[in-house]
Amino acid sequence: MSSIRSNPERLSVLDHPNSYIGRTVPRPNLDRLLQGRGSYVSDLELPRMAHVVFLRSPHAHAKIVSIDVGAAKQIPGVIAVVTGKELAAVITPWVGVLSHLKGLKSAPQSAIAVDRVCWQGEAVAAIVATSRAAAEDTAEHVVVQYEELEAVTDMRTALDPATPIIHASLGDNLAFERIHEAGAVDQAFAESDAVVEADFVFGRHTGVTLEPRSVVADWNAAEARLTIYQGTQAPHMVQNIAALHLGLRDSQVRVVCKDVGGSFGIKVHVYADEMATYALAKLLRRPIKFVADRVESFNTDIHARDHRCKGKIGVKRDGTITAFEIDDLTGIGPYSMYPRTSAIEANQVVNLVGGPYTNKNYRARARVVFQNKNVMCQYRAVGHPIACSVTEGLIDLAALKIGMDPVEIRRRNLIADDAYPCASSSGLRFEQLSHHASLTKIVEMMDYQALRAEQARLRKDGIFRGIGIASFIEVTNPSAAFYGVGGARISSQDGVAVRLDAQGSVICQTSITEQGQGSESLTAQIVGSVLGVSMDRVRVMLGDTDMTPYGGGTWASRGAGIGGEAALQATKILRQNILEVAAAILQASPAELDIVNNGVVDASDGTPRIDLSELARIVYFRPDTLPPGIRPELMATRHFVPREYPFAFTNGVQAAWVEVDTDTGFVKLLRHWVVEDCGTIINPQLVDEQIRGGVVQGLGAALFEKCIYDDRGQLTNANMADYLVPMSGEMPDIDVGHVVSPTRESELGAKGAGEAGTAGAAAAVTNAVNDALTPFDTIITEIPLTPQVILTALGKI
Amino acid sequence: MTAPVAISLSVNGERVEAHVLPRLNLADFLREHLELTGTHLGCEHGVCGACTVRVGGEIVRSCLMLAVQANDTAVETIEGLSDSGEIADLQAAFRDRNALQCGFCTPGMLMAAQDLLREKRMPARDEIREHLSGNYCRCTGYQAIIDAVEATARMRMELKV
Ligand code: FES
Ligand code: FES
Repeated sequence: MSSIRSNPERLSVLDHPNSYIGRTVPRPNLDRLLQGRGSYVSDLELPRMAHVVFLRSPHAHAKIVSIDVGAAKQIPGVIAVVTGKELAAVITPWVGVLSHLKGLKSAPQSAIAVDRVCWQGEAVAAIVATSRAAAEDTAEHVVVQYEELEAVTDMRTALDPATPIIHASLGDNLAFERIHEAGAVDQAFAESDAVVEADFVFGRHTGVTLEPRSVVADWNAAEARLTIYQGTQAPHMVQNIAALHLGLRDSQVRVVCKDVGGSFGIKVHVYADEMATYALAKLLRRPIKFVADRVESFNTDIHARDHRCKGKIGVKRDGTITAFEIDDLTGIGPYSMYPRTSAIEANQVVNLVGGPYTNKNYRARARVVFQNKNVMCQYRAVGHPIACSVTEGLIDLAALKIGMDPVEIRRRNLIADDAYPCASSSGLRFEQLSHHASLTKIVEMMDYQALRAEQARLRKDGIFRGIGIASFIEVTNPSAAFYGVGGARISSQDGVAVRLDAQGSVICQTSITEQGQGSESLTAQIVGSVLGVSMDRVRVMLGDTDMTPYGGGTWASRGAGIGGEAALQATKILRQNILEVAAAILQASPAELDIVNNGVVDASDGTPRIDLSELARIVYFRPDTLPPGIRPELMATRHFVPREYPFAFTNGVQAAWVEVDTDTGFVKLLRHWVVEDCGTIINPQLVDEQIRGGVVQGLGAALFEKCIYDDRGQLTNANMADYLVPMSGEMPDIDVGHVVSPTRESELGAKGAGEAGTAGAAAAVTNAVNDALTPFDTIITEIPLTPQVILTALGKI
Repeated sequence: MTAPVAISLSVNGERVEAHVLPRLNLADFLREHLELTGTHLGCEHGVCGACTVRVGGEIVRSCLMLAVQANDTAVETIEGLSDSGEIADLQAAFRDRNALQCGFCTPGMLMAAQDLLREKRMPARDEIREHLSGNYCRCTGYQAIIDAVEATARMRMELKV
């Protein structure tokens, strides 16, 4: 690991000899998962629990003429069959808009469709029975009469006057439009030596978390409280929304989130069927379990990235980029998703295009349109893969046009490492990035010159290999600028409470959540380091709105940077409190003492003075022996949110080395490299594995993953056999390197790392494939890069 | 729907007698009837491998097998392999290498990996990738899993010589 900035004086609190910061240590509590003894929501059973199955619309757009539930209600084991109209008495509809996305509009959405369905898969009735099998059997006896309506499926014609309007009250199918103009774009293009244009096409794909979405909702009528067990990334957000729409106070709703079988943004939203499950529990006064099956997941988990983006770049002969222009179109399904809205991705695309480069001339338009397809919303690295693919694709095209090496053109345009703080042409503010150090490092790691030589040599034998490079920026540590300013009650701050218990063990409650990233580990590492106790003494509790401080949860790469800083600050206070008590007991001053290895020592020479367990014994059981006036507080709480910068931008670069079989159209991934700068690294192994996992999700999008709809809005590959996901056989080994520029917004200095992998992978692979195919004089700007796409480009089919 | 059928089998070494509907699959039987929730369901159509268990010593996808087909067999699940200590070293390697994130694929991965290691003492990385290519992991990107399996094979080799 290399460091371009070191701030030893800032990190003094973490400078303990036994600091866990920057060390690879195994995550606590992994044995539970390794022995199959985790508790995922799908494992949960409660007394009197019933199961719900949703009858879903087979049509993309239809009027519900009638629903006959008579026969279904008679079937043994059936507890209730509930239609949208009946459920509407318990839960109110919602509209997914945010006020800072000016002009964003959407229509009211109900937990279960009331008189019209707007996508194939929208629920029309809920069948509640004593077992899921019984409920599924019963679903076949619910008779629904539909009157099919014309479906709006192609986003390119969604705004045409001849296309039906999905929600008449909205006037048209345009959900959101944003136009951005900076600098003198026309003049810049006119003064360019070359101008290149391309149409980029991105497949609609989805998260495919291995555990499908699962909820158990339990209404306790005696307490008038609803407990929601759900695999979610944002428990307090779910609490607030469930309460709001069921007419409850927040304090009447508890959200518990134990183990979660994958999330990636899929589980940061609140879905209609989940809302219906909460409402059914209240209506039927018993615990109700909903576990999506895989077909339902494909039809109802949010989709992402259905974009077509026209891009244009101007360049001088010496490689200087003069201007970028984009026109992005995206289809989001029939509703803007609640509460985060479906306009964020397009907005991000406008924000991020051209982001790593010094160019000042930038024009962008993004339009977001409604369609009769499943809803589309935020999924890992929201908008980043689109923006990165467009930007990096255009840069490679420009390089090709002027005959410049792809690494060289980047070197000439990336923002200099000493130019910060500065801003992008879309107005993003950068605190400190390290594009050049990162590029230099990756070129070294991959041995760029040797690969170029190998490429040339093999090309003579008819073997076509290519190198693709993609620099990127990533939004992490979001402040209130993301949702709060738009009126959404999604907390951007996180809180941590940490306490010393009677036997000297440390309990820490945090509002960030764990879905496998290692939130528990990084929290325990920080608390252990700052307090001076060993990690095995620290127990981290999370994922329970009754037990943790209020906070945002884990999304947008914010766990370490925001939750980690809150843990650091809370622990500093606790440490000070402990030292004050110790000083009173030892008749010393706090400044003369330190905590090392679970005990209070002399700061000067490390002589042990009193063990923390002994100190705790005195405080809790013999406070009468303490000097008068001492009020020992062995618990401290702190919250944190970045204030100066709305986001902590990270940066990085990825490189792919691929081989294209020009006869079959198959792409073989040979190697992949990433250099990333996420600021302070708390646990190197966890960061590397987040990046690897993220890269593979990006590679899935690049090569395999696509939700394929027909003209009538039917999803034709809604199963794991037909929707291809990356498996171990096709994935390459991925080398990860780091540059470290800590953020000065926090004492910890950590930025996020969860999405960097996904942000740049597809761009690197697409550039590599085009590089491999240079002898064939063809350029592909569409993903996934299926054999069909490649053979078509080669004119072979 | 037909009537329940009596089955008798051993699960993790314990005798189990039950009456099950003929259509009940083995995964649901293990999870719902025996409350052995370590066997996970990711797809319920035979693609993801999360439900992998051992029946008569061979790994199978328990979502594709009926409980009645397991009559008279010995079924082993992740709980059984954990308690017997058979895969303690493999689990330790997974832990040290962070070869799991959400952990949902992990029971199936461990079953499949142990199956390979019983067949072959020192598989090459490609062979490990190939053998595990029926087990989907969305979180890790696989490399850490391959590393952990490789490390376990090496350790077992060293212990044997
Ligand atoms: S659940 Fe059996 S293979 Fe996926
Ligand atoms: S660790 Fe989450 S699916 Fe493998």
